[in-house]
Amino acid sequence: MNATKAVAPKMNPGRTAAGGRFRLGGLFRAREAGIVLALVVLVAFTATQNARFLSAQSVRDILLNTAILAVLAVGQATVMITRNIDLSVGSVLGLSAFATGSLLQANQGLPVIVALITGVAVGAACGALNGAVVRFGKVPALVVTLGTLYAFRGAAYFWAGGEQINADELPGHFLRFGNSAILGIPWLVLIAAIVLVVAGIVLRSYRAGRELYAMGSSPQAAELAGIKVGRNTIAAFVVSGALAGVAGVLFAARFGTIDAAAGNGYELNVVAAAVVGGVAVFGGSGTVWGAGLGALLLTVIGSSLAVLDINQFWQQAIVGALILLAIGADRLVAVRVAKSLKKRDSHV
Amino acid sequence: MSDKGTRPAWLSRLASWDAAVIVITVLVLVIASGAVENFGSSRNFTFLLLDLLPIALIALPMTFVIVTGEIDLSVASTLGLTSAVMGDLWNRGLPIETIIPLCLVLGAVLGALNGFFVTVLKLPSLAVTIGTLALYRGLAFVVLGDSAVADFPRDYTSWVTGTIGGGAIPNVLIPLVVLALVFGLVLHATPIGRSVFAAGASEQAARFAGIRVAPLKFWLYVVSGLVAGLAGVLWTLRYSSARADNGLGMELAVVAAVLLGGVSIFGGKGTLPGVLAGVVLLATLQNALRLQDVSNEALNVVTGVLLIISVLLPNIVIRFRAALRRRATT
Repeated sequence: MNATKAVAPKMNPGRTAAGGRFRLGGLFRAREAGIVLALVVLVAFTATQNARFLSAQSVRDILLNTAILAVLAVGQATVMITRNIDLSVGSVLGLSAFATGSLLQANQGLPVIVALITGVAVGAACGALNGAVVRFGKVPALVVTLGTLYAFRGAAYFWAGGEQINADELPGHFLRFGNSAILGIPWLVLIAAIVLVVAGIVLRSYRAGRELYAMGSSPQAAELAGIKVGRNTIAAFVVSGALAGVAGVLFAARFGTIDAAAGNGYELNVVAAAVVGGVAVFGGSGTVWGAGLGALLLTVIGSSLAVLDINQFWQQAIVGALILLAIGADRLVAVRVAKSLKKRDSHV
Repeated sequence: MSDKGTRPAWLSRLASWDAAVIVITVLVLVIASGAVENFGSSRNFTFLLLDLLPIALIALPMTFVIVTGEIDLSVASTLGLTSAVMGDLWNRGLPIETIIPLCLVLGAVLGALNGFFVTVLKLPSLAVTIGTLALYRGLAFVVLGDSAVADFPRDYTSWVTGTIGGGAIPNVLIPLVVLALVFGLVLHATPIGRSVFAAGASEQAARFAGIRVAPLKFWLYVVSGLVAGLAGVLWTLRYSSARADNGLGMELAVVAAVLLGGVSIFGGKGTLPGVLAGVVLLATLQNALRLQDVSNEALNVVTGVLLIISVLLPNIVIRFRAALRRRATT
């Protein structure tokens, strides 16, 4: 694919060396502000139509559903910043949910942390496989993860063999973990928040994170600058896989019913969340905060449709339209920035 | 640097990926006929051809699109939306003779929308067609929900499922063969085809050579949508069932078949005979495994793994050849 080599605005949140940088940073904050604005309008409108929308139960459901999507979106953002994509996350979620489910089914006494570690391990293994094929095969992540999307899902079906794990076969403490709160914050939301904050800080302020942006902006330049592009590529996929594994555990805890189809089709929503949140498909820009906000927006849209009594089938169409809108907006910003940079250069 | 003299002939033959795929396909066909019960029966042969028809159809324009260095992941959703609209219009009482042309136009329009985003707005085709994959499939469900429309006229459904003279070859193979010939000739024997390869090898160089790359790509997307629409119509008539989820996930099989047939995902390389061999290979493997009672989910594993192998193997072959060359020169 010829990814349009537009002048993608380089993200450098918080670091404002020159005036130009400042303006670019402002543009991106504008993207996130735009999502927040859309969220506020959507929530306000839906609430006026049906006050139930802002009930504690409804807000809690939205946050719980966002938590799973946001964890996936953080992983996706990490991969997309390096100019790759991971379409296999829905299948990794399914595989890890089933692995965790069957482990707990057989060993009722295992603590939640063991379940989480299992999910992370399964996911990281899948991610390592993706990353290794992309790195050593020198083939596009799109094709590799399109392949593993089906291969991992197939493996889950093989393993499950049409069986389903029901809530009554899972230990009570695990299900309570999926639906209970600590200090008023549901565990799932807390975990998603921790993932967001840690990933956000690492990407923003640590060398490992900045290297991913550099790779996404220009792989050749990154290589010349001594960045270990191959190793970092694998690392990004391992992170995405591991987070999909975490999402699988959260999914199992939240819904209690797990079959091989768990998380089927999630990859679309995850990519949409990241893209809508300002992560460019051609790498080098975007933040996990944006991806998290994108996840929240998509979830709220879903809930609003239900509350407004609109055909649920509109949701997928809206997801598609949002992806197109978001990449169109990115293109517009890129063209504007390129123009303004040109103008500035000519004045100097 | 003439490596022709140093490389044995069998190796260069083997290294020609699409030739290898054709050989493997023939081998798999022979082995399956011998080893798999009922595989060789004429009834199964008909089913095999009917099953590969939609994939083969859509693979024809997909070959062009991927050779130019782009991709169209929305084809299966286009098929589904066309099918859903066909069912809805039939429910509304339109005659089938009006519905079919309308559906083809719809397919072309959906393709044109992709083309518009990719060539006019210059957005990356991967992101655009992931977006329209969701959009078109979503609209299909909006149009038809999860219901199915089944009572299409018998004349049409029985023609699609029927065979030439009651033999083993389905009627619908005729349009496929005609289209395959047209697409093959255009790709390999006309200036359009050369432009497609040139655009894929280096878009900039192609533009300097006077090729109008953007209009070319736009029309390729229109054709891709049109053919996906045709596949949607034929799919609906074959199963006598218009459903919003028709062809769900088929983009994988199409992309897998095209890459398996030796088209480079980076553009600029590939042959149509290779792609058709890729389609037959994929369909044969799936058919033979299904006869062995392998589940659909396991078949997806096979398709996924084949997809990965088909992008990996050419790279491995290239590196292997480079290593041999190095050894020969030192």
